[in-house]
Amino acid sequence: MNYKMMGRFISQILLLEAVFMLPALSISLVCREGNAVYGFCVSIAVILAAFWVLRYLCRGSQKGFYARDGLVCVGLGWIVLSLMGCLPFYLSGEIPSFLDALFEIVSGFTTTGASILPEVESLSRGILYWRSFSHWLGGMGILVFLLAVVPAGERQSGFTMHILRAESPGPTVGKLVPRMRRTASILYLLYIALTILNVLFLLIGKMPLYDAVCTAFGTAGTGGFGIKNDSIGGYSPYIQNVCTVFMLLFGVNFSCYYLLVMKRIRNVFRDEELRLYFGIVLVSTGLIVWNIRGVYGTLGETLRHGAFQVASIITTTGFSTTDFDLWPSFSKAILLCLMVVGACAGSTGGGIKCSRVLLLFKSLYRNVRKALDPQKIQTVRINGNRVDESVVENTGMYLVAYVFIIVFSFLLLSLDGFSTTTNFSAVLACFNNIGPGLEAVGPAANFSGYSMLSKCVLIGDMLAGRLEIYPILILFSRSAWRHR
Amino acid sequence: MKIIIAGDGKLGATLTRQLSSSGYDITLIDAKKNVLENSMERYDVLAIQGNCVTMTVLEMAGVKDADLLIAATGADETNLLCCATAHVMNPKLHTIARIRNPEYYEQIYTLRDLYGLSLVVNPDRQAAIEIGHLLKYPGFLKREGFAKGRVEIVELRIDSKSKLCNIALNDMYRIVRCKVLVCTVLRCGKAIIPDGNFVLREGDRIFVTAPANHMTILLKYLGIITRKVKRVILCGGGKISYYLAQQLEKSGMTVQLIEQKQERCLDLAERLPNTSIIHGDASSQYLLDREGLASCDALVTLTGMDELNMFISMYGSSCGVPQVITKLDHIEPNDMVNNLSIGSVISPKDLCCNTIVRYVRAIHNQTGAAISIHTIADGKAEAVEFEVNESTNHCGQPLKELKIKKGVLIACISREGMIEIPNGESSFRAGDMVIIVSSGGEVLYQMNDIFAN
Repeated sequence: MNYKMMGRFISQILLLEAVFMLPALSISLVCREGNAVYGFCVSIAVILAAFWVLRYLCRGSQKGFYARDGLVCVGLGWIVLSLMGCLPFYLSGEIPSFLDALFEIVSGFTTTGASILPEVESLSRGILYWRSFSHWLGGMGILVFLLAVVPAGERQSGFTMHILRAESPGPTVGKLVPRMRRTASILYLLYIALTILNVLFLLIGKMPLYDAVCTAFGTAGTGGFGIKNDSIGGYSPYIQNVCTVFMLLFGVNFSCYYLLVMKRIRNVFRDEELRLYFGIVLVSTGLIVWNIRGVYGTLGETLRHGAFQVASIITTTGFSTTDFDLWPSFSKAILLCLMVVGACAGSTGGGIKCSRVLLLFKSLYRNVRKALDPQKIQTVRINGNRVDESVVENTGMYLVAYVFIIVFSFLLLSLDGFSTTTNFSAVLACFNNIGPGLEAVGPAANFSGYSMLSKCVLIGDMLAGRLEIYPILILFSRSAWRHR
Repeated sequence: MKIIIAGDGKLGATLTRQLSSSGYDITLIDAKKNVLENSMERYDVLAIQGNCVTMTVLEMAGVKDADLLIAATGADETNLLCCATAHVMNPKLHTIARIRNPEYYEQIYTLRDLYGLSLVVNPDRQAAIEIGHLLKYPGFLKREGFAKGRVEIVELRIDSKSKLCNIALNDMYRIVRCKVLVCTVLRCGKAIIPDGNFVLREGDRIFVTAPANHMTILLKYLGIITRKVKRVILCGGGKISYYLAQQLEKSGMTVQLIEQKQERCLDLAERLPNTSIIHGDASSQYLLDREGLASCDALVTLTGMDELNMFISMYGSSCGVPQVITKLDHIEPNDMVNNLSIGSVISPKDLCCNTIVRYVRAIHNQTGAAISIHTIADGKAEAVEFEVNESTNHCGQPLKELKIKKGVLIACISREGMIEIPNGESSFRAGDMVIIVSSGGEVLYQMNDIFAN
């Protein structure tokens, strides 16, 4: 384990975080919010101090940074990022408890959108901006950003591949172009372009600029922090529809957009994962609209709310226009299933990911057929290409880890005495990075009722969910820390 | 520049390392997944699994907007077909194919036109030529020729008995009595560009630039006994042995070639009439002794196994063979290997890689590109030859006034056939050939790259 290189890597993350706090600080300055300005200034000072200390401690030694160190860096980097990111909340006094502030920022960076705040409108604008911006940063991943901006000084910079793999969701993550730095830049450029487009569409709907930017951040990262107490519910139907469309767009694999830009449109439309994703969205919307008919006045309104909620849950955003906790239980069950499915691999969304669901179903089908005809050699194919057996196996194992973590967290949460539905949906909502669950943690409620222990468990779940389990799990393995 | 490398084998991996660290965008194609995984882990490259001849795979690798394709798979036919297919898909593409089969190599000019190849590389033949070169001038570990062979960079090892041991470079002229320049010293695995006060120590490997006609003087004053190589034993009857034996036959040396397989022996005997082909196991001491190892002038180990080559070479050295040359395919020359008494080490893939890298830099930079590039000091330094032209800065200024980048040294200036080992007063002007040695990963695309801003 190369601690010095890791320290330097983490110091770079810290520097980046300090830089990203500057826009929030300037908003606070413009709005003359004394506490927030104080909070940001002290946080930036603390972060910079930590940066210099790390830099100083980890000077020298350049060599030997391998895949394993990269993986540990991702998990550790996210934890450090969260610990430092929550300082403005805590220091400004707007979230008095440190654990709550940490919960809030982890929920932000992991694009969960679960909140411990009963109401958000009283928060200062700088703090609210930082809260929403954390979604945007966490959506594509801060390490990917680092890969895009920091020149790879090392000659052998293959370990960057592991960082991309660890931070970008999906069973198989590949580069778009030979150079990692360009790949990361392309991803971020697409991300920025789509976000700007989103802001423009929101502005057309006469949304104030500040609201539009914050909402776009929440949508782009598929996060779900709103800046209003009723999330998106108070805005016009046009804005709600724009949000529906953009949530769905941010739930699509970003390499599809790259292919579109490269004019390989046919590859995009033949993509099985994309078809499955939109198929699930259409079917679930249809079923929910049928199930909640009569709850709202017109078919148009029913459709709007139905589609919005489906888009919000499957992309794991977690915005809401209405309290879906009041819907009939079949609709709630569909939403609960969508939570687990999640968005496409390579998007900013969470959940198991459509590609894994597809892969799991196909391999299950294959195994069933194999039971009937044991000697027949059968392969699992996606987009016509054979999927490597190791990928199939890894995906199966991923599901196992996924289920174990849910069961374990559910057990720990149950100590707090909430209803089973609440606890279960809280775990699902946090682990899949959605945000609102059902009943006591529903869209109209929040997570503040949970005990310290439960909040810690949920923080762990959110991080594990965002980084797809392994980068967090390996931090607990002793061999990751052993000196070689 | 975008480069596609088809085949992630020995040569492919070496090329990937060299070209990727020089900042080119590399896409690798190979049929084996685990090989690619390994490369992805080590280098910042894109890897595509599949058959490099198929258009779909080439398309995926981005052949349409690539600048160069290097086909380095194990099969010559695949390489040719790959280049031809890619060339049809992108007529502007430069293609380099590795051709190893001697039978194909005989018709290489026709093949080049037929398949639209920009360059053909043959690692075995290159290695054979290199070995032949070493055998003609025994006494050095390695020789690289520059300026049409008028200047050479030779490698010497300083051992405790050497006259240069514990000598500062300023005093070197007193001993060798001719103007030479130590351009790089390899000490403890590090390449150092020395200055005049540098003191040579035991175990150093030094790289000396000298005019080719001073080589004999250099050897004489260094006390290295050389005799003309008259009888050579080659172990292993592979392609390199074939090329080498062919070449040595012509220069009138007695060549004994030991090969294990009966059929191959017959084949070689048919094609090499003046070489004595011995059917037997080269690892057997008895056989080597019987063939007169102790009294031969040179031993070249060329079997397919690196370990065996090293072992036979060590035995040869212990028998007192004056010149031993060992071929290593897989094992990278490192400090451990260098401490063994296995004589000069030849690595066919590195030689081949040098040729390709030179070609890549030439298309990267059409004018003022390097005329030749040689990696020296186990790949830790590079000697590059440039022609000075009108666009070169600082023409005519004495070198002592120039600010040259750290780790870069002007090793030789060749003007109208006259060789000058430069000092502070020297200068270069348009039309000169200049040899520059650089260490520390500085990539020199053109002459002006040596100046510090």
